Amino acid sequence: MADTMQFDLVSPEKSLASAQVTEVQIPGAEGDLTAMPNHAPLITTLRPGILKTAGPEGAIEYVVTGGFAEISAAGTSVLAERAVPVSEMTQELLDEFVSEAVASRDNATAEALDALAKQAADIAAIGAYMGLSPKGA
Amino acid sequence: MPSLKDLKNRIESVKSTRKITKAMQMVAAAKLRRAQEAAEAGRPYAERMNAVLGGLAASVGGSDSAPKLLSGSGADQVHLLVVMTAERGLCGGFNSTIVRLARSRAQDLLAMGKTVKILTVGKKGREQLKRDLENHFVGHVDLSEVKRLGYSNAHDIAMDVLSRFDGGEFDVATIFYNRFQSVISQIPTAQQIIPAAFEETTESSTIYDYEPSEEGILEDLLPRGVATQIFAALLENGASEQGARMSAMDNATRNAGEMIDKLTIEYNRSRQAVITNELIEIISGAEAL
Repeated sequence: MADTMQFDLVSPEKSLASAQVTEVQIPGAEGDLTAMPNHAPLITTLRPGILKTAGPEGAIEYVVTGGFAEISAAGTSVLAERAVPVSEMTQELLDEFVSEAVASRDNATAEALDALAKQAADIAAIGAYMGLSPKGA
Repeated sequence: MPSLKDLKNRIESVKSTRKITKAMQMVAAAKLRRAQEAAEAGRPYAERMNAVLGGLAASVGGSDSAPKLLSGSGADQVHLLVVMTAERGLCGGFNSTIVRLARSRAQDLLAMGKTVKILTVGKKGREQLKRDLENHFVGHVDLSEVKRLGYSNAHDIAMDVLSRFDGGEFDVATIFYNRFQSVISQIPTAQQIIPAAFEETTESSTIYDYEPSEEGILEDLLPRGVATQIFAALLENGASEQGARMSAMDNATRNAGEMIDKLTIEYNRSRQAVITNELIEIISGAEAL
């Protein structure tokens, strides 16, 4: 069994990471999951959260705001709408994410409200995880 | 016959024009490199997105539960043309080629009795289409303030288009842009984005599990797919614009150089003529004595 697998994290604007990793923890829409080498093929959407990778080069964490992950036996690729390494995450950026999410929640129609409210809450939770304080959520 | 002073002034003015076009060419070259890098960097995302969507569309496509974005609204009556052009001129035929393609498509559709709606992105296309298609305009996206194209710009356009689709304003959406081939060749392209058209992937050997359901994922991804296609088109367009401007300015610089050479020869000739004239006058004056 292979010890590592290919991990790619790409956003529409650029490719953020491409490395060999041993595991990827993904904030899936229906719950967190960890993908390891030889995982069964799976495509899942993401909720806003923290994506964690562990590999020979150490553990790296990214903040993602949504998108989807494609997991296959050979590797995992995550297509995130916006992704920021945790080390580069700032209070301003978080505030921006939160205010965007809150704005779309407040403008939403009734049927979409639940999903967007959850999204806003998820983003606020990222702040809590990182010790930053989200405003106005 | 222009006087010597006139000629000198003209040479000077052509020289300063050449300086400007030369500078614009170099600026365009630098911007082109950046735009190409951006287009390059955006490619992996678009490719994966299309691959996944293509696979999903193939498996869900036939069923009745397929989202409207994929199957279409069932009609083919109202067409939305999203015409993407530059905000600035002086880039050769860049804007005109897109406009020409869009206009001929619009006229074909009108001739077939369809309704045409036009959303313009970029000032130049709007100005050119205004003449004959103004009453079909439904909106305009201004990117003149945008220094660096980001995904959020494409996202905004996509949201605008999607909300119009949800509102039942149109049945089919097509984007018009220039595909970047090389500095000297850009290909005006029309691409249908709604209902979504994907190239069939033949190597769909892996069978994926989906979480949530296939339909759920598709519904989530299709709007993103539209935004991604628009973003890719914007990037291609950006690179094409700079490429077109670069070669246009290169031509202009060369023309200015030729003009300066021609004017300089003319200047030297007339100066020589003046000198010869004066000599003749002196000599004939001396002989007359």
